[in-house]
Amino acid sequence: MTAWFTDNGLLLGLALLDGLAYAALVFMVAVGLNLVFGVLRIVNVAHGSLFAIGAYTAASIGLFLAAHGLPPVASYGALLLAAVLVGAVLGPPIERLVLRRVYGHEDALQLLVTFALFMILEDVQKLVWGVQPVANDAPMKYLGTVDVPFGEDVIPFTAYQLFVLPGLAVLTLAGLAWFLRRTLTGRVIVAVTTDKEAAMAMGIDATRVTLLTFTFGAALAAFGGALASPTTSLVPGVGAQTIVLSFAVVATAGLGQIEGAAVSALLIGLGRSVAVYFAPEFEVVVPYIIMVAVLLVRPQGLFGVPETRRV
Amino acid sequence: MNRPLEAGLAVLGAAALVLVAWAAPWLKFVLTLALAKGIAVLGILLLLRAGQVSFGHAMFLATGAYTVAFLAPEMPEALLLLPLGALFGTALGLVVGLFVARYRDIFFGMLNLALSMVLYSLLEKLYALTKGTDGIRVAGLTFAGAQPAREIQEWIMFALALGLALGFGLLVRAYLGSPMGQALAGIKTRETRLEFMGVPARRVLLFAYVLSACMGGTAGALVAMTSRHVTPQLAYWTSSGELVFIAILGGAGSALGPFLGAVAFELVRVYAAAQVADAWQMILGGVLLAVILFAPGGVWGILAARFKARA
Repeated sequence: MTAWFTDNGLLLGLALLDGLAYAALVFMVAVGLNLVFGVLRIVNVAHGSLFAIGAYTAASIGLFLAAHGLPPVASYGALLLAAVLVGAVLGPPIERLVLRRVYGHEDALQLLVTFALFMILEDVQKLVWGVQPVANDAPMKYLGTVDVPFGEDVIPFTAYQLFVLPGLAVLTLAGLAWFLRRTLTGRVIVAVTTDKEAAMAMGIDATRVTLLTFTFGAALAAFGGALASPTTSLVPGVGAQTIVLSFAVVATAGLGQIEGAAVSALLIGLGRSVAVYFAPEFEVVVPYIIMVAVLLVRPQGLFGVPETRRV
Repeated sequence: MNRPLEAGLAVLGAAALVLVAWAAPWLKFVLTLALAKGIAVLGILLLLRAGQVSFGHAMFLATGAYTVAFLAPEMPEALLLLPLGALFGTALGLVVGLFVARYRDIFFGMLNLALSMVLYSLLEKLYALTKGTDGIRVAGLTFAGAQPAREIQEWIMFALALGLALGFGLLVRAYLGSPMGQALAGIKTRETRLEFMGVPARRVLLFAYVLSACMGGTAGALVAMTSRHVTPQLAYWTSSGELVFIAILGGAGSALGPFLGAVAFELVRVYAAAQVADAWQMILGGVLLAVILFAPGGVWGILAARFKARA
């Protein structure tokens, strides 16, 4: 064991750092998906497309700003702007015009409606940004790298992935928990999640709450994409990959669980990056194996509450 | 819809397909693939009867297809490969079914999706065995020991697909009319009551699941022998989504629905891809949205309403 650590310690350290950054990104997407599911009772297959479009938008805005001579720090504004833009432009029309028509319908139909949206958004993305890779790593380069001591060795790791991503994920989690438990709007959202009819009977405008929640969830997905954009070059298919991964995180955590999503994002993020370094063939499989293993033991997910069966 | 009318429509439809395949030889290929996919969609239809939607059924199609691709170099006999593809699909269906039949609704859909993604990644990553994303070419098939001209081979595949489509269609009709098929619909309405009556709901669903996997395997073997090339894309979750799409497009009300849907889907795809190469997915997504929002019974529902109005 000790011998193994001296041989592979550095690799393991790298895997853990990588996994942390990755988990932070996955959390951003999964938490949005989970929030939307809680209120709308719809698993949004197009959530991954919103992630992808957020990423492309952020990269485009960042490149545009750089081309006009603004300093790289401005591209941080681009990240936030992209999230707000995508959430505000795509969120309301999708909820108002499409999803609203299938509330209370069969799961199959709801899933398919969002699948249709996914197909449409994938092509929109290809038409706007083409199929050539798009990349803007200015925000990541701007902060440079940090030497992380690991045992006797040092790992140079980008400060962006080490501090910005996990920091923002923790901030999002804390902010969300505060928002949902301490503010009126947040409590209204929780009320609708718990019992829509009862909430409506109390005079809550559920229509407004669903619109708000979906837009916010869309913005979170786009923000996740925007944050991911500096770390990778964007190609078509990013959305399709992201959505299955966030499904796995959400199912592992339990549907509707916010803090749970953080734990399972960490579990799956670390698991995946350990696989990347030690068994690359199984990189893509690991999240699903974790999910299946968890669901075998706890069918409602790690933090989910089992539903009572109706007679 | 009464029995003789449906049978008459099936015969009429089959005759029309033969006529079109004869008149436009290049469409024969498209129609064979459509019939093969229709068989897989018939399996989706069974699960839809139980109110469950599998977003991972492409894994059985891929299993059938890869069975053919792996075995063809050793044993190029198509008439043996076809049942073997079905057999391996069924076997995987039993293993996966024992696990997923415990879950319902969203979890059922997502678990299927996750497991199909495991198969996808294995097909993609185990390069030595599967040649990764390049896929495997299927060459030199024999039919009953002989290797007829290409034109004849195409007709044989078309006839096989059509014959199997009719056979499975009859089987599914008989199954859905049987007490076991009725119990399947009971899972959708109120599962707990079904169990109060002493019907083991999980076993009912498992049987339907294995049957649907068998049809998926058959469809995959047909696809592999028709297109002569298999890639991991066959198992990707979007391919599963397509199958569910076709089920809804055709309409879940009749065993004819999947074939109506598959033919319509493949034709739209071929023409849309030829006309607007970058936006065919968007067009399909638009069609799907329109069907769900405005014609929830699918193509079959539109036809059935016509006949009812006339009768």
